[in-house]
Amino acid sequence: MSQMRARPLIDWRAKSHLAYLAYAMHRFSGLLLACFIPVHFFMLAQSLRGVEGFQQKLNLTHFWVFKFGEWALVILLTIHLVGGVRLLMIEFGPWRGLRKSWIQASIVMGILSGLLFLYLSN
Amino acid sequence: MTVIKADMRVLQAKLWYAQRISAMILGLCVAIHLLIIFYAIRGGVTAQEILGRTRGNIGFAVFYEIFVLACFVHAPIGMANILEENFPKNRFLKLVPWALALLIIFIGSVAVVSLFSGGQV
Amino acid sequence: MKVIFDLLFTLNRYNHRMTTNNLRVQVWRGTSNGEFIEYLVPRNANQTVLDVVTYIQRKLDPSLSYRFACRVGMCGSCAMTVNGLARWTCRTHVSQIVDGDALQIAPLNNLPVIKDLATDMREFFNKWKGAVGFFKGDRSRHDNFAMVPPASKERELANAGIECIGCGVCYASCEVVEARPDYLGPAALNRAWTLINDVRDIQQAERMNAVAGDAGCHACHTQGSCTERCPKKLEPTAGIAGLKKLVARAAVRGSKWGKL
Repeated sequence: MSQMRARPLIDWRAKSHLAYLAYAMHRFSGLLLACFIPVHFFMLAQSLRGVEGFQQKLNLTHFWVFKFGEWALVILLTIHLVGGVRLLMIEFGPWRGLRKSWIQASIVMGILSGLLFLYLSN
Repeated sequence: MTVIKADMRVLQAKLWYAQRISAMILGLCVAIHLLIIFYAIRGGVTAQEILGRTRGNIGFAVFYEIFVLACFVHAPIGMANILEENFPKNRFLKLVPWALALLIIFIGSVAVVSLFSGGQV
Repeated sequence: MKVIFDLLFTLNRYNHRMTTNNLRVQVWRGTSNGEFIEYLVPRNANQTVLDVVTYIQRKLDPSLSYRFACRVGMCGSCAMTVNGLARWTCRTHVSQIVDGDALQIAPLNNLPVIKDLATDMREFFNKWKGAVGFFKGDRSRHDNFAMVPPASKERELANAGIECIGCGVCYASCEVVEARPDYLGPAALNRAWTLINDVRDIQQAERMNAVAGDAGCHACHTQGSCTERCPKKLEPTAGIAGLKKLVARAAVRGSKWGKL
């Protein structure tokens, strides 16, 4: 009859503010980038095989999955960069609040990066 | 509240500092790298094009090795924080950041050297 | 202008007539395990969440445990989690935050629950001490007053954070506190920052040591929930950012109070 459960924890209602979103985007993008970087370096190291060998390996990435991944990673990289500069401003610069305009900028720059990538690679 | 040894605290403060300094370096490197990406992807990317730009280019090699070293410091420390805050404490929590660090510095440096030599190594 | 005001006033009264029903108030009953029990509370025009809790305890269920003292927004005792956000219940009008006709009231997060809406604040205050969040000077009554210019850089930085009354709202809102049990938290670190900027204090080296590392300022991820929620509009994020830089440099290069 009674619905005994564990006490509630901090939930989405407390996290629905811009600075928290900035933290979440920064952490998410950082995590995915950290996983991607070794793979990226490995692909570049295939240049050890010479031009033809390298091109053979690069051809594997012509599937749409990889193209989508590259597009997503460029967006994530931009978000992580702009969000990161915001943090450096907060931690090393003069205090000017949570710098929310930088958060908006990181989203806008991310979108721009995505669009630029699509425009240039097609 | 557990008592944390002073040396641990000082080490963690130094790691934080290293991660922020490497972040400043990466801020510059990534901004430049994004410009290079947008330049390079026009009309598709071929091995010929990539190696054409990097082969024998000492400027690129030095730039990207600095990039690799900055990643080597920056990413594992960030990864360690994420793991520590989301998983219960155990000995293997340190393994993943160290593995990431070694992967980055070895494969990264190999990639830089390989691209510089143009596959003639 | 007056026409608009009258119109809004009439609409507001009309709205109240339509909804002078009961509030459906879910209140946490129990300790770390428990349940939300729903109570029906008559809705009034000027009603704070503390009024609601008081009504429940006096008229509906005397076994409900909760804390309050001044009930005028000075002491911070009545802090609870209301509709997911930590706030002072005496300073929260129901009309500002009600979700339709529903309210959810729970104890402050991150602190052990003694019973129902009352939490054990000991770890909060112990961490205050742990951050060397207390003053120690080297003058006695026989010495002259310390001369601290109010417009000096350090004093202005300290003044920005000294109004903290230790209510625990920031601590309850911080996800890093939730993720790291040893993390000193925004209130303790804010206090440490005000004291680091107190030129009369003689424990600066110990203080820097106390707030260094992952249990200290360096674990803060600038989520900013503390600054968003502080009922006194303080900015612990600012103080913690200041500590991060000062303490890291002290660990690597040294400071005017020595190297860590």
